[in-house]
Amino acid sequence: MSSSVRSTVFFIGAAGLAVFLLWGLAGLPDFGNFRGDYGLLLNRVGVEQTSATNIVAAVTFDYRGFDTMAEEFILFAAVLGTALLLRAQREEEEEPAEDMAQDRRPPHDSDAVRELCLGLVAPAVLFGLYVVAHGHLSPGGGFQGGVVLATAPLLMYLAGEYAGLRTLSPRTVVELAEGTGAASYVGVGLVGLGTSVSFMKNFLPLGRPGDLLSSGTILILNFAVGLAVAAGFVLLLTEFLEQTLEVRGRSRA
Amino acid sequence: MNFLPYVVAAYLLVIGLYGMVTSRNLIHMVVCLSVVQSSTYVVLLSIGYRLDATAPIFVDIPVGTRAVDPIVQALMTDVVIGVTVSALLLALAVQVHKRSGTLDPNGLSSLKG
Repeated sequence: MSSSVRSTVFFIGAAGLAVFLLWGLAGLPDFGNFRGDYGLLLNRVGVEQTSATNIVAAVTFDYRGFDTMAEEFILFAAVLGTALLLRAQREEEEEPAEDMAQDRRPPHDSDAVRELCLGLVAPAVLFGLYVVAHGHLSPGGGFQGGVVLATAPLLMYLAGEYAGLRTLSPRTVVELAEGTGAASYVGVGLVGLGTSVSFMKNFLPLGRPGDLLSSGTILILNFAVGLAVAAGFVLLLTEFLEQTLEVRGRSRA
Repeated sequence: MNFLPYVVAAYLLVIGLYGMVTSRNLIHMVVCLSVVQSSTYVVLLSIGYRLDATAPIFVDIPVGTRAVDPIVQALMTDVVIGVTVSALLLALAVQVHKRSGTLDPNGLSSLKG
């Protein structure tokens, strides 16, 4: 399709979209005055029902925990697909890829960057675990904490320690962690199904709102998601880095 | 200006779509898709917002304090999911470049079976 035909098709489609978009926007509630019944209700009864003081976490991992499981599997499938695509490609590569800028060498890492990045690895791990563990109390949770955790290996790489990245996150361990994270989410749901009548039932003692050990399965699910997200991001990172380093290494040899 | 957040969301949607359609580079196209996706975040957060309200986190404020809607905020987990989907699309772009030697969608008109 030529680009002029494509533009014409787009503008016809865009005209239709504009009609529906304006129609939809006109039906939206006034900004700042939303009165969604479910949201108001959950803000009132959420703490009492789940012992989680973060109602967003209560919604994500309890009220619509099943939905979040599907979201976690989108993440799982996307990570799996990326790894499959990039690995298959590396294996079938017959001719070394051509380095487009042979004379350009990566600059030497400055000592300041190196020391700063190495110094930040431990705080990143600690902060990530903190965000995961407090997801039911304050803003944060498995998704956010998992991303923070995944920055630790990235900092190792930025410090120029690619070998250190591999030591910090060996591929087998990362792959196992990714699978374990996704599986334990389903496992928690199945235990709920076994102990009561419904999948994802919060079957653990709820504890006192505000305590670190409270809100039952919400805490466990935060750790499951944190593990899956952290491992997934580290896996993505290493696949893309290996892609680059391999191409670069081959053309130098 | 009560409708300004919705205007921002609509703008992000339209400009992202326009970018995807006129894109000459698959990586640029993936970025445009992220822009389209971010319009959904703006619209969801704008809908759930309530004036003079705080975050729905009742750890140091009593239950019953005016708070924004927690349900739309729970959908923000998609920010993290969206990044991994972008990574998948970028891996596809790498694959396309290897097979056809170009990242220009116009250069891919002849699909090889």
